[in-house]
This record gives sequence, C-alpha cells and structure tokens, in this order.
Amino acid sequence: MSADTTTSLPPPPVERLGLIGWIRARLLSGWSDSIVTVVGLAMLMYLLPDVAEWGIFDAIWDKQDKALCTGEGGACWAVIHARFRLILFGLFPYEELWRSALGVTTIVVVAILSCIPAFWTPRRIAATWGIGFAIFYILMRGGMFGLSEVTTEQWGGLSLTVFIFASVAIIGMPLSILLALGRRSELPVIRLLSSLAIDFTRSMPLLTILFTAALIVPFVLPSWLQGDKLYRIIGAFAFFFACYQAEIIRGGLQAIPNGQFDAAKSMGLGYWRRVWLILLPQAFRNALPPTINQFVITFKETSIVIIIGLFEILASANAAYGTADWANAYVEVYIFVALIYFVFVFSLSRYGAFLERRMRVGHD
Amino acid sequence: MNSLLQNEKFRGHALQAIALVLVLGVVISFVVTAQANLAARGITSGFSFLDRATGWDISFSVLEYTINDPYWWVILIGVLNTFILGISCIVIATVLGTVIGIARLSRNLVLETASTVYVETFRNVPLILQGFFWYAVVTHFPPPRRAHEIADSVFLTSRGLYVPTLNISGEAFAMLFAAIMLAALLLFLAYRQPFGTAIHRHREKTPWIALAFLVAVTALLLISREGGADSPVIDMPYLKGLNFRGGFRVSPEFAAIAAAIVIFGSAYIAEIVRGGFLSVPNGQIEAARSLGLKPWPIYWKVRIPLALRTIIPPLGNQYVFLMKSTTIGIAIGYNDLFMITSTSINQSGQTIELLFIMMMCFLFINYSISTVMNGINRAMALKGHETKT
Repeated sequence: MSADTTTSLPPPPVERLGLIGWIRARLLSGWSDSIVTVVGLAMLMYLLPDVAEWGIFDAIWDKQDKALCTGEGGACWAVIHARFRLILFGLFPYEELWRSALGVTTIVVVAILSCIPAFWTPRRIAATWGIGFAIFYILMRGGMFGLSEVTTEQWGGLSLTVFIFASVAIIGMPLSILLALGRRSELPVIRLLSSLAIDFTRSMPLLTILFTAALIVPFVLPSWLQGDKLYRIIGAFAFFFACYQAEIIRGGLQAIPNGQFDAAKSMGLGYWRRVWLILLPQAFRNALPPTINQFVITFKETSIVIIIGLFEILASANAAYGTADWANAYVEVYIFVALIYFVFVFSLSRYGAFLERRMRVGHD
Repeated sequence: MNSLLQNEKFRGHALQAIALVLVLGVVISFVVTAQANLAARGITSGFSFLDRATGWDISFSVLEYTINDPYWWVILIGVLNTFILGISCIVIATVLGTVIGIARLSRNLVLETASTVYVETFRNVPLILQGFFWYAVVTHFPPPRRAHEIADSVFLTSRGLYVPTLNISGEAFAMLFAAIMLAALLLFLAYRQPFGTAIHRHREKTPWIALAFLVAVTALLLISREGGADSPVIDMPYLKGLNFRGGFRVSPEFAAIAAAIVIFGSAYIAEIVRGGFLSVPNGQIEAARSLGLKPWPIYWKVRIPLALRTIIPPLGNQYVFLMKSTTIGIAIGYNDLFMITSTSINQSGQTIELLFIMMMCFLFINYSISTVMNGINRAMALKGHETKT
C-alpha cells in the first residue's frame, strides 16, 4: 500500500465562531445553501405536526380502546400494550415469563460486561459468556432446580432471537479461530480444506446455507444424529458466521509483523503456545472493530430464520397484528420491533466506532 | 514412538492425514445415507427431471411461462428474476446512496442531519423487517378505484404500482436494453484501455458519444412505434372498470422487496461514499485550490477521481451482498431463484440436485460481479499504485 506515504499534516486551527457566525457557516453560507436550509425547514414544519398528531396526540394507548383502532386516526399503540408479551417472549407459558425475561437480561448484561476492557482475556471472556449462557439456558429450558420444563418449541420472540444470536457467537467464535489458523497453516491439505470451506460459504447467501441445513441434513445423516431443526439451523448459522469471522481474524493475523512470530519461535515456544500467547491476542486487537461490525450484522441477520419457520421476534410481530382486532396496526408493531433492533444495533455500532477511535490514538 | 510424536514434521503429516480421512469419511457416509434415504422414498436421483413439465404457476415472470413448461425453464426464469431485482436495486441504491453520502458531508446542518438520520435509521434495522414493512404498506394501499395518485401519472394500488412507460413493444425494450449495455461496454473499454491508445485518448468524449448513441436508439424506436405516428409517445395508465390499463405495472411483491433492498443498500452505500470522500487527503484539495481551480473542477477532477479509488473495492462487496440479499424475496412471495428452487423442491422432491443448481447459479452470479468490479478497479487504479492481488 502506498497510501501511507503521504504525510498528514496537523489540521488548521479551528476558527472560533459566535452563534451568528455558526448559523452563517452551517445554514446560510451561500444562496444555494440558504435555499436548501429554507426548503428543509419548511418540509420539517410541514411534516412534524402531522407526525406528532399521528404518533402522540391522536394515538390510542390503552388496549381497552381497541375498537378505535380503525387505521384511520392516530397510531394504535394499544397493540403493543396488548401484545408485547407475545412479541418479546413468543408462546412461553404465562406463569413462567419471568424466567424468559431474566434470561434475556442476563445475556444483555453479559454483552455489556464483555465491552469492558478488563474482561478482554481469553479466560474471562469465555467464562463470562459460558456462565451467562448456562444461566440463560437453564432459565429458559427448566427441568432442573425445581423449574418446570419448557421445550424449545414454546420458545419465541426476542428471547429466541437472543438465544440464536448467543449460540451462534459462542459456537462460531472458536470455530472461526480454527478456520483462520487453518487458512494460514503451513500444512497444504489443512490450508486447502479451510480455504475451500471459507470461500464457498462466503459466496452463498445465508438463507441457502440455513435452507441446506434444514433440508439436506435429514437426508444425509442417520436419524439419531439429526437433532432438532432449531439446533441444525444454529449449527449452520454458526458455521456461516465462522467463515466471515475467520477472514476478519486472518486480516488481524496478517497485520502482525513477522518478527513477532520469529521471536516466539526462537524462544522455543510450540505452535499452540505461539498462537495462544503471541499471535491471537495481537490479531484480536487488530481485528476488534470489524469483529464488532460482524456481531452487528449477525444480530440483524438472525431475523432471516423466520423464513425457515422459527418463531423469532419478527414472526411473533407478524402474529401480533395477525388477528382481526389488530389487523390495521402493522405500522405500530413494525416500529416497535424496529426500535428494539435499533437500540441493540445502534449502541453496539457506536461502541465499535468509539473503540476504533480509541485504538487509533498513537497511530496517527 | 514418543520421539516420533515430538517431530513437528511427522505431526504435520499425521494431522493432514487425519483431516483428509475425516472429511472423506463424512462425505462417503453422507453419500451412502443419502442414497439409502432416496431409495426409501422412491426418488430417482439425476438431472432428468429438468425436462419434466412443472405443473405449477408462478406470479412474476418477464418471459413466457405456462404450467406445461419444463423445470429448466422455470429455473432460468428464477435466475432472470434474481438478476432483474438485483441489478435494478444496485443501480437505484448506488445513485441514492451517492447523493446521501455526499449530503452527509455537507456543511449545511439541515442536509447533514437529514442524511445522518436516514443512514442510521435504515442501516440499523434488519433488511427482512423492512421488507415485511413495505409489503404490509403496499398491500394496504387502496383498491384501484380509490388509488393514491402522484402527479396524475403514478398510481399506488393494492394490486401494484402503475407508472407511465414509453409506448414501444417488448422487443423494442429488449433492443433498448441491449443499447444501454453496449453504451456501458463502450465506457468500460474507454476507461480500461491503457494510456496512449486511441480509444483511451478520447475518453473525455466517450460519455457524450454513449449518451448520443442511446438518445438516437430511443428516438428511432419511438418513431417506429407500433401504433404509428398518431399514437402517444408515452403510455399512461388509466382506470378502466375495476382496474388500470396501460402503463407499466410493478407487482406489489417486487415493489416491496425492491424498496427494502434499495433503502437498506443506499444507507450502506452512503457510508462507503462518505468514507471515500473523507479519505481524500486535504493536501490534494489545497494543492488544487492553490493552482487556481474553481470549486466544481476541484470536485470533478480531484475529489471524485481520488475518492472513487477508495470507494470501488467496498462497493463491489456491497453489490455482492445486495445480490445475495434478493433471496429474502421469498418472505413476501417474490419469485426469485431461491423461491423457485424451494417450490421446485417441494413439488419434485429432487432436493440435492436443485440445491446444487441454485448454489452453482449463486457462485456464477457472485463471480461475475466480482470479476467486473475487479476489472473496473484495475482500470481505475493510478499508474504504479495497483495493489497486487
């Protein structure tokens, strides 16, 4: 790369502007600029009252008033009031809902904890996710510690989305490390097999991979090995995730200077200790921003399993407005689900951007 | 034995042998079990089913299709539908994304805020959710008699979108499409040829030559239109009885899935474009300014060419992603390759063969996009700055 050869100079000092100066610079810096500003503000003034009237002032909030939800007047937020349990937890038994809610909270807490640098050692991060996931699974599945058993067919909504995402991340991460190492291995057969798997999977849409897992596996595996459809799909999804993540880790590995590897070798460290102590910590540091991006993409893509027939949050949202009572309230339901996704995805991607800035300190 | 295990070379060979045996074992056991299962279900494997008539109908096709047509024909239609959806989404999303990406860099607070809200909203919500949303919106449009109209020419109804079109036949449209492709090829060649060749020296003029060519072809097709000189140039949709006649009908499924992919894709492309412009070193612009260039020439001759070189590689990846994302069309019933494969599997039971065909098609589609994008990238690269692949 030759882009680094242009030296960057420090930026010119920031001009200090007063309020009027700021308005002139940002809103009215020329005639075309002023037209854009005026037209934009006019559109805002035109739309804002309508949106506020629809969303707030004319909206129907209480589920008792569902007769008012004709789709004509204001927004029918009553549908969320009436159906939020279905959207969040699917068909989970009503008396046991606290378990599902607590489980989702656990995973969210684990995700937040793993954003703190103090948790960024392999042992700690593995322990946090292992324990958190075990708590989630025990709470959801039950059948022990006096909790009644709830089979996976009754799981649904946000909790199923979270379950799929967490399982994919936990299975996919170690797999991706193996694939990345395999692709950079000195052993030709291993290198070829990993490259084939990665390149083939990456050129397929996720849906075809999941579809294959749902359809082909019953054909080619003896029946005792097939497992539940949910687990087959999670397995395939994890493999898909691993193939993308492997390329990110490979990028991180390639950015490590060769000297590091040679030094480790000359100190007499074996392959696995070289990988574990020298290469992977640096590779992950290099690959942190794209890794977070990959998590963001994966979380959004969990919604695709609705096509294979799993009852995740989007499917439960479709069911929430699927009855005659709420048939007109589809916009409200989709906005609610979109908001849930937005909160998770936006905060994670902001965090990723923050990390990227933090890591660049000292490099510029 | 112990010393043999300590030998790194031997361990390497052993590991590879184990991996190979493992993979072969899995493959062989797959084949054996699959054959047993197929025999048990009475399915003959092989590709002879491709010549059988399908016996079921599909909702969207630009080519002639009846239920008596064979499987290979319906798969071809699926590939074509995927291409139509994918290419039109890529083109529109690129234009929209470029505009929004540049707007995000504007000094104007209103433009910057509006484009930032757009990007952050649509990028952070799953594509399939947006697909469902637009499909619900489109199917909740009023029936044709009470259609929403935009400027008396575009009609939004629950049966689809009706838009005006040029009053020319299907063959003429095919010719027009071929002309557009030719013009694109001309442009591509002009930029691809090495410096010094005749076609490259005239590359400043090639966009205008291509444009003139397209205008000429369109004019010729319009003059020779079916109804003769008396029929109108533009075919407007109009209400007749319970439905619209004339114009061009966009099916609700296509409209919804295209809206979702275009909006989602343009939010991503906007970020790519913004990143590209931000990567242009300030010194280049200051140098151009100090040479006395005016703002527009600086934009066209310095900023855009330099930004393009950063933009093209991630843009290619985005195109491949958008092409793959057409598969979610099945969620709302758009007949793309994936949905047709899935229906064919249900109807014929030839699971493995059909999945194989679909995967080969996707490999081909993705490979062609990346080949084209790599070609453009090579053609655009500054002399001596090409990255080795």
